[in-house]
Amino acid sequence: MIGAIFPGMSGENKLGAFFTWDYHRDMLRDYSIHGILACGMTIVILTAGIDLSVGSLLGMTGMFFAHLMINLQLSPAVGIPFSLVAGTAAGLLNGVVITSFRIQPFVATLAMMVSARGLAKFIGGGRKIQAGTQQLPAIFEQISSQVLNNNLAIVTIIFLASMGVFWLILNRTRFGRHLYAIGGNDEAARLSGVRVNLVRTAAYGIAGLMSAVAGVCYAARTYYGDPEAGQGYELTSIAMVVIGGTSLIGGRGGIFLTLLGTLIIGYIEKILSINGVEIAYRFMVEGAIIVAAVIIQQTGRRTRL
Amino acid sequence: MKDTPLLQMKRISKSFPGVQALSEVSFELHEGEVVGLVGENGAGKSTLMKILSGVYAPDRGEILIDGQAVRFSSPKDAERAGVAVIYQELSLVPSVSVMENVLMGREPRTRWKTVDWREMARVSSELLTLLDMPIDVRRPVEEFGVAVQQMIEIAKALSLNARILVMDEPTSSLSEHETKQLFDIVRKLKGKGVGVVYISHKMEEIYEIADRITVLRDGQHVGTATAEELPSEKMIQWMVGRKIDQFFPSRTPEIGEELLKVSGLTLPQPGMSGVNLVNNVSFSVHSGEILGLAGLRGAGNSPLLGAIFGRYGRRPRGDIHIRGEKVEITSPPQAIAHGMAYLTNDRKASGLVLPMSVLHNMTLVSLRDMTRFGWLDPLVEQRSASAYRDSLSIRTPSLRTEVSTLSGGNQQKVILAKWLMSEPSILFLDEPTRGIDVGAKTEIYSLMNRWASEGKAILLITSELPELLAMSDRILVMHRGEITAEFSHEEATQEKVMAAAM
Repeated sequence: MIGAIFPGMSGENKLGAFFTWDYHRDMLRDYSIHGILACGMTIVILTAGIDLSVGSLLGMTGMFFAHLMINLQLSPAVGIPFSLVAGTAAGLLNGVVITSFRIQPFVATLAMMVSARGLAKFIGGGRKIQAGTQQLPAIFEQISSQVLNNNLAIVTIIFLASMGVFWLILNRTRFGRHLYAIGGNDEAARLSGVRVNLVRTAAYGIAGLMSAVAGVCYAARTYYGDPEAGQGYELTSIAMVVIGGTSLIGGRGGIFLTLLGTLIIGYIEKILSINGVEIAYRFMVEGAIIVAAVIIQQTGRRTRL
Repeated sequence: MKDTPLLQMKRISKSFPGVQALSEVSFELHEGEVVGLVGENGAGKSTLMKILSGVYAPDRGEILIDGQAVRFSSPKDAERAGVAVIYQELSLVPSVSVMENVLMGREPRTRWKTVDWREMARVSSELLTLLDMPIDVRRPVEEFGVAVQQMIEIAKALSLNARILVMDEPTSSLSEHETKQLFDIVRKLKGKGVGVVYISHKMEEIYEIADRITVLRDGQHVGTATAEELPSEKMIQWMVGRKIDQFFPSRTPEIGEELLKVSGLTLPQPGMSGVNLVNNVSFSVHSGEILGLAGLRGAGNSPLLGAIFGRYGRRPRGDIHIRGEKVEITSPPQAIAHGMAYLTNDRKASGLVLPMSVLHNMTLVSLRDMTRFGWLDPLVEQRSASAYRDSLSIRTPSLRTEVSTLSGGNQQKVILAKWLMSEPSILFLDEPTRGIDVGAKTEIYSLMNRWASEGKAILLITSELPELLAMSDRILVMHRGEITAEFSHEEATQEKVMAAAM
């Protein structure tokens, strides 16, 4: 895929940049937040669901975090947990609406997407929450910093650690196995003693939690709370999951596939942007690549069966 | 009656991989006649009707309508020739209006080529009035009950100028009153010269409506006689009179303590008041016993097992005792905790998680036993799955193979392994040998005997009577949700069971 894009590169010395670690570090840093969302999205999609609210929940929890930290000047030991709880609660609400009222995930989370965006604007009265005259709390700097001689961003570490935790959940816990079973055949799972509604609700709760982790990271990276933050991120994270090869029908896929999808999207964007491809073309190319990637992995599956 | 029959099907044969579904079956239907088509499940009734309606092409044999040979290469062809089928599962679109359903695909047009709604309403109300069903045709189908929906299906058939009408178990979800109404309509259609093929498991209905009766058994035409000439005992004999051709391993039962007792169990049909899928059923089953639950389709034996297992998410009326203790079961996890296991009659829809591996399907119920410090231990999982794979001789390339790629018999054994791993004491087996080859069947019979001799109680449902008679220590026969007879292994015969089931 990368090979297909290189010929389109201009004659300027952009090729050199690709071979420096800084380039990859920046790519990872820029797409870690999407990747964190994609972790939660993966388990929701494994249950044959979808979560459209993660972008808005990112915005909402980011605002909430900025409000607690900047406006109220609370300690991060209070601000971070409260933000994570807020995101989780919103996610659980998604799950309860879906399972108790049998509303399609698409519709339920679409409603949450709209409401959470409203709440994000409400928190800051429609404006960003910035430090202004006050001191910006140190936690913002800390989260957006880079370690190992400036070679690895903290958000990237959070992203990779999330991947590890999700791998354990999916492959080494009953809960993880139940997620696959529900996505593969929820009636068979139910008759096998899986508490389908509970597990499904938990999946949305976890997606909400990951939105909040992403929200805190986003606010820290930008140094303010932005009510518009995370717009369109839900679609990017769905694309990452699907490009990786996790099936939207549910029951098939995994977290490493999502890592792969995250890297593919990240590199496509990065390569197109450093080559000065206009945003209009970038979107068109990206759309085509998403379709191509899904076609490739589907034909691969068909021959395997 | 004219001399040339309306429909003649001559020496029709049809085979599917591994099964001769029909061999040289002939069938005749005259104008204004109702022919009852009867036979056990799998006798070939549906296949014959699917050939008539163009769903399948026969391997050999011919179909004549009004003495003219016809060939149907699709249901559309059959429809054009005047054949209409009303299946058990209605083929209406629930959210769409009655008139659109009646005239679907053949909507009248105005001269601007737009749909002529007024004409559509006129035509469809006319048809329904003809059937004594003057309903508002602009309302969506879903607002009407099943009986009315059935009439809408008939109206649809009439609008196609159907001369041959096939009704497959049309009364299975109708009340007695609605059945009467339906019969009035059938008589009316007869008067108009329509020929009706009436498929039913309910003997009293066959005798009430049919002029002649055709009996199929194992894909062969056993005989046809007028209703007067064919008393019910003889009809049953025709339906079941076959030799037992399978090998059933023998077993000396050692019946122990009572494991499960059900008293007064009643399960209402969802969405229909006054109709019960299971009606006031009481029985008990003991350790080491195989209890057969006989019944034709719709008799209520399958829902009975589901209800006990908590499948329907609500507590059925009545009491359930396990080892003498009263229990409340409202969900499958509770049933599993009480030592029950439930193999459903549809392994793809509710048995297997098809995209998962053999291993993960096998351990799904007993994952709790595969954990160490809360984490799943892949080694423990692998070890127990291997043990069960060997003891049930499941043939699979590897435990990691996706379960969907296995043969039917091996898939069934994977589900059995899944349940056995949870070490149940009460096994519900609903059609454990459906759709699997003879070798695998015999293996499953031996396994059932082994589990019974280990002291488990088994409740067995199977639509194959010889299998039920050979395997069960005791047989309960159900009909319309109620138990109509009980036989010991020694006294049960196919004729007796069938008579109680109809």
